[in-house]
Order: sequence, then structure tokens, then C-alpha cells
Amino acid sequence: MIAGIPHATGDKVERVRADFPILATRTSKGKPLVYLDSAATSQKPRSVIDAISHYYEDYNANIHRGVYEIAERATDAYEAARKRAAVFFNAASTDEIIFTRNATESINLVCYTWGFEHLGAGDGILLTRLEHHSNIVPWQLLAAKTGAELRFLELDEQGRVALDDLEQKLQGTKLVAITQVSNTLGTIVPLEQIVPAAHAAGATVLVDGAQAAPHMSVDVQALDVDFYAVSGHKMLAPTGIGILYGKRALLEAMPPFLAGGDMIRRVTYDRTTYNELPWKFEAGTSNIAGGIGLGAAVEYLEGLDMAWVREHEVALTAYALERLAEVPHLTVYGPKRAEERGGVAAFTMGDAHPHDLASILDAEGVCIRAGHHCTMPLHERLGLTATARASFYVYTTFADVDALIEALEKAARIFKL
Amino acid sequence: MDELFYREYILEHYRSPHNYGHLENPDISAEDDNPLCGDRIRVDLKVEDGRIADVRFEGKGCAISQASASMLTDVVKGMTLHDTLRLGKDEIMENLGAETLAAARIKCATLGLKVLKAAAMRALERAAEAEEQHP
Ligand SMILES: Cc1ncc(COP(=O)(O)O)c(C=O)c1O
Repeated sequence: MIAGIPHATGDKVERVRADFPILATRTSKGKPLVYLDSAATSQKPRSVIDAISHYYEDYNANIHRGVYEIAERATDAYEAARKRAAVFFNAASTDEIIFTRNATESINLVCYTWGFEHLGAGDGILLTRLEHHSNIVPWQLLAAKTGAELRFLELDEQGRVALDDLEQKLQGTKLVAITQVSNTLGTIVPLEQIVPAAHAAGATVLVDGAQAAPHMSVDVQALDVDFYAVSGHKMLAPTGIGILYGKRALLEAMPPFLAGGDMIRRVTYDRTTYNELPWKFEAGTSNIAGGIGLGAAVEYLEGLDMAWVREHEVALTAYALERLAEVPHLTVYGPKRAEERGGVAAFTMGDAHPHDLASILDAEGVCIRAGHHCTMPLHERLGLTATARASFYVYTTFADVDALIEALEKAARIFKL
Repeated sequence: MDELFYREYILEHYRSPHNYGHLENPDISAEDDNPLCGDRIRVDLKVEDGRIADVRFEGKGCAISQASASMLTDVVKGMTLHDTLRLGKDEIMENLGAETLAAARIKCATLGLKVLKAAAMRALERAAEAEEQHP
């Protein structure tokens, strides 16, 4: 153990790890699994896996329509999950929690309903240079159709969002659509400064919380965001379930997104009146098991305490930054201080291509991501085509970071760096 | 994949690729990329009597894609266009000295071959057209 790094989180991590069945498995080469790709998707605790099988084994039925017992149980479990999520994010009401497939769908929902109603020629949409493709491409499509224009908050040399020209860029901006935590540089975006300024300028604010919601306490009312997008699979829940939080007044005024069953109140052959919130935006049979799984995931995170989650990740990130700095020819991108970043570290090492690094690390059982991480424009701006990325979560240990460093040192030997 | 996979000669081809650059007046050029990893390869061919008289490649990307393309240019020099079309994944893996490769990486390993075959195909089509016009 390295001096100066707090290890108070150590015992708890071991208990956490015991809850994740996959962490006890080995690779085909017999190596223990060192999973450092949680920013892509998180592993799932036993309680989430059990909640899903429990639904399928004990009370599988469609929701919101059956009058029989198991249908009622399924509806209750699904709606209880929504309630849990509403409390977790401190929404003013469960009506403001819409289940989607993922953050991408949440952003698209806002784009195609609120966006197309409110944004027109010359209206500004303000993003940061950090955005994931899923918070760029929908707005590009909208801009191409409506004549709205994309603007960007620039980055400083550490990849932090520069705010000096915020006021100026807010002039004529109708929507601010920004990430809370960068999935590539780890940068934490100062929402507490941007959101009030955006509102003062009359803009609506959508926050991509895909990399924030799993890792830190998020209070949508305190942040005062208008929309907040979440992916369940990055926060211990299964794939195919996500959340769009929206302020009630906005959601009520928005036209529906997808149309069909469940989102209606009354249909005649000529016209339809829509269901109330949140179901107005949940057309068709939902991902019921996914919703129930998300409820279990939120319950698990509450049990851990999000303050601990953040503290654990800051300690891990500080340790990782310190150890990565020891590796010759290695460059880490993003803010230098762990407190200013989420639990991700993107890096390059000499002329060893990130894909080659990932393959060499894979042989050691170390799973990292290599490529552009769906932030191609950001990579281009940094003059890179690809980076390697290690990312951490509640079950990541200091030993995992050590395994990463050891595997990188091996890669350096292979590449004769 | 085991570490042996990154043998010394692969790194040599990566850092000092053979037949690298452009041809003065290529008969055919082709280019393709693998957007997932950003690997990119361009191939120039000089064709004489249905054979590859000379070849150059240029590109950027991982060691596997670049070394594989470099080795391939050595193999195909002097080969007939028809024979290059018969080359497949097995020959590439043999060049690299690899038994297995993760599926995602096979795309890297075969990018050079994909581009070369596209060029060879175009050269053959062009020859066939010329044949039709001046039988
Ligand atoms: C910052 C950010 N936004 C959005 C997304 C999209 O998430 P999903 O693919 O689950 O919709 C991701 C996932 O990688 C992300 O990291």
C-alpha cells in the first residue's frame, strides 16, 4: 500500500465484491477478472440478478392492465422501482420519472418532443466539447431540420470546461445540453455555475447524467436541472432500462414521443387523449424486469451510501493517477486532481496503440476499453484517434489498479518502450 | 491472445513497415478504414500482365493492422491479381504467426487484405472493360 492514500474504504469493498458473482470468475486463461470498464457498463450485484429472476419465476405478468394477483404484483414492483428512483434522485414527484431504454433514448425523447416544439432557426443549443455522441448527434439532426445552431463551451488545458465566455454563449441559447461527468476525461462539469446562468438567460437545461448518476449523489431539485438522462446499466441495473427525469410542467406541455398502448387515456378511430404522467411517455409494454432490476440497483446503492461511493472512487482515482504517472511514456488525459474528476482515466502509452494495449491487458485478465469511447470529436480536438480507458466503480480495489499497472508495464516491455 | 503474439517481427513491421508510402503513377489505389478503432489503410498498385508489379501502402492504426498490411505487401509482390483474391484470413494469421485473435482484432488484422482485394478487384474489372473495348 502506498502511503498517503486513505484505505478506510478497503474493508467495505471486500464486502461489496462478495455481492458480485462475476468477480469470483476467472478468464479462460485462469486469470482473476480485473474489470476496469465500468464506464461502459457496470457489473450487477446478486440482489439485482435475483430481483429479475424472482419476477420471471414468481410473478411474471404484464403491468397496468391485469386484474389478477400476479399482474398486480408486477405493477406494484415496477411502480415501486419508479418511486425508489424518484427518492434516489430527489424528484418532486414519481410522475417526473419516465422509464426509457437508456440515456440515449432519454436525450432523444427530449430532442424529438420538447426540442422540435421549442427550437427554431437561429436558436442556440449550447453543449460542451466533452459530449458523448448521444448528446451531440440528436442535436445535429434537430439543427439540420430546424436551423438551430450548435455552440460549444471550450476546454482548458486540463480538459475542464472554460466558463469565461459562458454569458456570451448563452445569448440566444434556448437549450443547454451538457454532460455532468465526461466518460473520457472524467471532467466534472460545474453545473452549480452553469445551470443558474442558463436559467437567467432563459434557457432550458438538459443534463446527460450517464456517468454521474452511478457515481455521486444527484439531487435534481438542488441542481435545478430541467431534464436529466440516466442509463440503468451503468449503475448496477440491467441493460435496456434508463430514466428521463423532467420537471412536471415541461413534461405536461410536451407532446408524446412514441405512440401506442399504455400511453393513452382514450382512443377512438379519430382521436386520442393521452395518459397522465409518467405513462404518457411509456408507449407499449415496458421493460418490466429491467425496471424492477433498476429498483433493486437503486436500493443497493442506497445501502452503500452515495457519499461512500464518491469517496471510494476519489481515493481510487487519486491512487490510479499517482501510479499511472510512474509508468514511462504514459500520458493521462483530463483534470489532474482526483476531486475534479469521475472514476475514469483515459491514457496513451508511447506508440503502443490503445487496441494493442487492450489486447495485451486482456491476456492478463485486465478489461479496459480502447478506442474513442463515443467521443470522436473530443479525441480529434485532443489530436488523438484513440485512447485506452480504465474506469472504476464500487467493487474496484487498489489491487485492481496495481494489476492494471503491472499489465501496462508488461505491455511496455513487449513494445520495448 | 498470448503475449507471444506480439512477436518482435510484428513490432518491427509496425515501426518500420515494408513498402510504405505512395507509388509515382499507380494503376490502382484503394483505401478503407475501420471506424471502430480508427485504423486506416491505403494501397497503391502497379499492375503488369495481370500481376502486381509493385505495391505501396500507407496507414495508421494499431500494430496488428499495420504490421499485417506490411507483411501482406511482401507476400503479394509479383502475385497475380487472381491469386490475391484467393488470400483469406488463414494466410493473414499465418503471416502474423497467430493461432487465434479476438474477433474485434481480426478486423484489424485483415483490413490491409480487404483494401488490397478491393484494389485487385478494380484492376481486374478495368482490364475486363479494356478487353471489351479493344477485343
Ligand atoms: C456520458 C455518456 N452519455 C451517454 C451515454 C450513452 O449511454 P447509453 O448507451 O446507455 O444510452 C454514455 C455511455 O457510454 C455516456 O458515457
